[in-house]
Amino acid sequence: MIAESGLAALWLATGFALMQVMLAWGAARGADSNGAPMVMKALRRVAIVQGLLALGAFGLLVTLFVQSDMSVLLVIENSHSMKPLIYKVAGAWGNHEGSMLLWVTVLAVSGAGVALFEKRLAPATLAATLGAQAAIAIGFYAFLAFASNPFLRVNPPAPDGQGLNPLLQDPGLAFHPPTLYLGYVGLSVAFSFAVGALLMRDVGPAFARAMRPWVLGAWIFLTIGITAGSYWAYYELGWGGWWFWDPVENASLMPWLAATALLHSVSVLATRDGLRAWTVMLAVVAFSMSMIGTFLVRSGILVSVHAFAVDPTRGTFILGLLGLYIGGALALFGARIGTVKQGATFELVSREGALVLNNLLLSVILGVVFIGTLYPLVAAAAGVQLSIGAPFFEKAAVPVGLALVAATACGPLLKWRRDQWKALLGKLLAPVVVAGVIFAVAFALAGAEHWMAVLALGLAAGLAVASVLPLVRRNLRRTPIAIWGMVVAHLGIAVSISGMAADSAFKSERLAAIAVGQSVTVGPYRIELVEMRPVVGPNWSALEAHLKATRSGGAPFDLFPQQRFFANPPTNTNEAAIATKFDGQLYAVIGQGDGQGRWQLRLWWKPFVTLIWLGGALIALGGLLALIGRVRRERRDAENDA
Amino acid sequence: MRRVLIWAPLALFALVFALVASGILQPADRTVRSAMVGKPLPGLDMKPLLATKPGIATADFARGKPRLLNVFGSWCIPCIAEAPQLLALKRAGVEIDAIAIRDTPEAVQAFLARNGDPYARIGDDPTGKAQIALGSSGVPETFLIDGRGRIIDQHIGDIRAEDVPAILRKLEAAK
Repeated sequence: MIAESGLAALWLATGFALMQVMLAWGAARGADSNGAPMVMKALRRVAIVQGLLALGAFGLLVTLFVQSDMSVLLVIENSHSMKPLIYKVAGAWGNHEGSMLLWVTVLAVSGAGVALFEKRLAPATLAATLGAQAAIAIGFYAFLAFASNPFLRVNPPAPDGQGLNPLLQDPGLAFHPPTLYLGYVGLSVAFSFAVGALLMRDVGPAFARAMRPWVLGAWIFLTIGITAGSYWAYYELGWGGWWFWDPVENASLMPWLAATALLHSVSVLATRDGLRAWTVMLAVVAFSMSMIGTFLVRSGILVSVHAFAVDPTRGTFILGLLGLYIGGALALFGARIGTVKQGATFELVSREGALVLNNLLLSVILGVVFIGTLYPLVAAAAGVQLSIGAPFFEKAAVPVGLALVAATACGPLLKWRRDQWKALLGKLLAPVVVAGVIFAVAFALAGAEHWMAVLALGLAAGLAVASVLPLVRRNLRRTPIAIWGMVVAHLGIAVSISGMAADSAFKSERLAAIAVGQSVTVGPYRIELVEMRPVVGPNWSALEAHLKATRSGGAPFDLFPQQRFFANPPTNTNEAAIATKFDGQLYAVIGQGDGQGRWQLRLWWKPFVTLIWLGGALIALGGLLALIGRVRRERRDAENDA
Repeated sequence: MRRVLIWAPLALFALVFALVASGILQPADRTVRSAMVGKPLPGLDMKPLLATKPGIATADFARGKPRLLNVFGSWCIPCIAEAPQLLALKRAGVEIDAIAIRDTPEAVQAFLARNGDPYARIGDDPTGKAQIALGSSGVPETFLIDGRGRIIDQHIGDIRAEDVPAILRKLEAAK
């Protein structure tokens, strides 16, 4: 019954979405008529019910997984009755069909959120926005119903399931996809706002203010998702790296870059009524990148470890939807943006000028990542097989990223509309001095070979100082929360980049094959292989190494890297052992034995590497502060309106 | 200029769309073929893995009769699946040599006892060096060698029953 109810809820939601589009049409066209408030009221309610139905369908799918209902194909293929509860729940979205249902659920619930909370936007624009949101949902409901039904039953039921990929059996990863999806699909609201504003020719500060909290919210989730995903790859894959420029990583980075640009341009539009066309374009691009990111990598067209749905029918269906929505929005942009009046203008040296520079640099990085990710496809069309790896991205994107760090340091120190070069240079004195000193010290330590990382360290130090300058000579108690948000987020960028640069310039790596009783050194540590022993876990067994690490003058501590063997499905994974110290992490991976008592050991000493994720957390926290500040401000303004 | 800029994003997207569509309609062939196909065998000189069979040297392949060179491992599951087809080829009169990748005599002995022994010679490739020289990217793989020691074809993956006639035809044509 549960599976059937889930399917029924999906179909009902589709019906409500259709109704939502029609009501939106009516409300947008007859916004001045007498019945308009009634229609708007109905439209809001329909959007809320649609969100609840989708949420219900998703809840029912999770229930099927929790109950291990082995008459449902998706549960058989992705779960097992012996699995810990948390992974049964996570199994619901750790596959193609379930993740699609989660995707459309977030989409519908976001639409419901807009219907519930948006009070200040012109009714016609709001109606068009809700209509656009429902139109997107319809396409994906259809995709679920016709090409990816998660509630499919089999007869007879299976005795038990086939299990979940052991690599995915990790508490961090269980919540990684939902977080990213909240980010990806949260951007759909910005997209729908942009479409609504274009349809109603209503691109202005009110539209920007309505859109801003959604962009911020989605951006926070994306930031958390990317940071957590990077840490997961770092400790779970056992490769010692934290970013691999894999198509799926790029797929999450591209919407983040677009959303970061959008976040800044929407501020210009909300505060100064500038950058109208550009902001609309970015809103369309941000969600387009989310869709391209989610589906392109899953289509199996690009080679990726994340490809779920290698199925031409699904690929064609999804491609059709992407063509319809992205192509439609871009065509609407072309047709309408000419009629949107030029917004307010500004001088080159001004807060707006710095934000435009920020947007340009972010767009260049986005372009680089986009080209790098899709180039193998271009080459394949020309009959050449190739893959694009880290060297391309590092050469092409990192210098632009460093220029962006410098711009980030300057932007908040400038006044809106017009400022003076001299005033800016005066304020930059302290950051430049700090950057210079750190650069010199790092250069002396790391040498010319790592000049790019050393430069990054210097710039990050400068940014760290510059980012707190907006607080200087302010009454900290009365400083708006949104300003705190900006300061914390920019400081987070500095912290994160310091971690990346320190890891790149100062890490040491050691590969050795040693026998029990022997030891090797890596960085400041001496590591002894004390013992190899078997251990058993709930659904795996492992070979575990006992390592003793000593640093001159410090107390020894133990590390236990493992090679795990999972029975269901049969897979080997490497469990790296990581010791976190105040100045970095010691990272150990145990490899194969050579049959004569020696074991492969791979060791890294990574100075200050934890700053990467600490910075990511700060960036997200900054976003959260900004969101709280904005929402409170909106509330106050809405009360003043009334 | 402004008009061009306004429509540029749509044009760019249309381009990407066409690219992806072509990618879906004609999925790229991702098998990595050996660059050695069509060329003479590289210089191989492998010790015998088993005391009962000779090892492998390039000179053995230039004696006028086409042969198969099978790359396998006793640790490889698809190799078990293809064993009956190799035996069928042997019964059809084909001479098959093998390269055992990262293997031990005991394990191969047991493998042959269990799955049958189609091989005339088995060369020992403890480090995978010979495999790399051949341009083989995995096990099992089978190279078709003509009577003058040239590689005429490479079969990637296990030989299925339906592949056997084609392999026999190619060997016949190479005579």
